[in-house]
Amino acid sequence: MSGILNSSIGRKFAMALSALFLMVFLVMHVSINFTSVFSEELFNDLSHFMGTNPLVQGLMQPILIVGVIFHFVMGFVLEAKNKASRGVKYASNSAKDNSTWMSRNMLLTGIVVLAFLFLHMYDFWVHEMTVKYIEGDMSGLKDPNIAESGFRYYEELRAKFVDPWRVVFYSVCFVLLALHLLHGFNSSFQSIGANNKYVKGLKGFSKVYSIGIPALFIFIAVYHHFTH
Amino acid sequence: MMNLTLKIWRQKDANDKGQIVDYPISNISPDMSFLEMLDVLNQELIEKGEQPVAFDHDCREGICGTCSLYINGRAHGPQTKITACQLHMRSFKDGDTIYIEPWRAKAFPVIKDLIVDRTAFDRIQQAGGFISVNTSGNTQDANAIPIEKENADKAFDAATCIGCGACVATCKNSSAMLFVSAKVSQFALLPQGQVEATDRVLNMVKQMDEEGFGNCTNTGACEVECPKGISLENIARMNREHIKATLV
Ligand code: SF4
Ligand code: FES
Repeated sequence: MSGILNSSIGRKFAMALSALFLMVFLVMHVSINFTSVFSEELFNDLSHFMGTNPLVQGLMQPILIVGVIFHFVMGFVLEAKNKASRGVKYASNSAKDNSTWMSRNMLLTGIVVLAFLFLHMYDFWVHEMTVKYIEGDMSGLKDPNIAESGFRYYEELRAKFVDPWRVVFYSVCFVLLALHLLHGFNSSFQSIGANNKYVKGLKGFSKVYSIGIPALFIFIAVYHHFTH
Repeated sequence: MMNLTLKIWRQKDANDKGQIVDYPISNISPDMSFLEMLDVLNQELIEKGEQPVAFDHDCREGICGTCSLYINGRAHGPQTKITACQLHMRSFKDGDTIYIEPWRAKAFPVIKDLIVDRTAFDRIQQAGGFISVNTSGNTQDANAIPIEKENADKAFDAATCIGCGACVATCKNSSAMLFVSAKVSQFALLPQGQVEATDRVLNMVKQMDEEGFGNCTNTGACEVECPKGISLENIARMNREHIKATLV
């Protein structure tokens, strides 16, 4: 097990595992967000559970953070190594004839997703961490002193999507996430060595996933913007 | 008959910086092979007292893997599933400009003009691309070991790799995974290959990494440009073999 990252295949395998993990996380995240479209109460309850459950906060959140950081750092490391292995560039290169734009631009789409993550962390995560762990308010209530004031999550979510520019930026980023996933989904299965007749059946599903998940995120943002 | 402009990479030796040089060429028949067209050019250069363009070739029938030309941005030219020596001038039109460059990869340094040093592939082969059998006179009949048809066919397909290096040349990461995976797979699929399977995949991948080839990101360009149609499934198989060998 030790030294797995020393080989090109080991690095590829680790990259794919972190990708698969993040793709499962995306499903969970969008499912919870989507409840905000039809039930304020359910969204508030789920948010409070995720935000205060010790297993989620103490175990899953750190794993997620490590997974995200690993995936990005490794992405940059691999790109740098790969650039260095070419040397002199071709005067004429017709890459579009043998590979998709998505597969050749994972770094570009990845960087946009990373930029989005910074804004996202600033918007929600930093705020959550400050309220809960610095100010020490674990109640999740609009007014921590009044139990009847109700949970704050739903209103905070809607407040973020008032600004049209934020909604536009979110949407653009999710389109790039879709492009990233359109290559990344199948690529991660290939990397872990799963390429046979069963996995080939996943190709159709991969398109549904890669376009569907980002589309849902965009829908949620746009919905709250226009119904506010 | 066609008149063309060739833009060819000229480089005196490994230390020279090299550059693209333009060569107009006329009266090219569409029935000529691409390499014959280069022969015509070289004859003209020799008659003018200039250095002919150095390029690799041997069998000129798509079986040796020696020819290695990056033509108009594609490994082995615009057609798929053929080598540069199997390409004909009928794939081009009168008045075309044709770029001809060597394979580009740090692990394949240019020796002269369009010829690159592909001994990195030899060293990878030597690291594990073989089986150890007793050949001292009591060799067993190969057919004595029954092998299921599906695996025999897959092993044969993998073994058709001619080691040309088009996969490396075309890969945006200069990765040698398709070549190495073909060499690993042709044995991994057969009972004779099992004995050394673990060492083989570990040693060949280690050598591949040491030679400075890049990391595969599954763009699939290699499979498209491979003259022998070596499948990406081989890379997945090698990944499995390697993960198994590392973790188990
Ligand atoms: S895998 Fe295909 S492209 Fe690569 S060396 Fe073998 S024959 Fe050439
Ligand atoms: S010269 Fe032998 S394959 Fe082209």
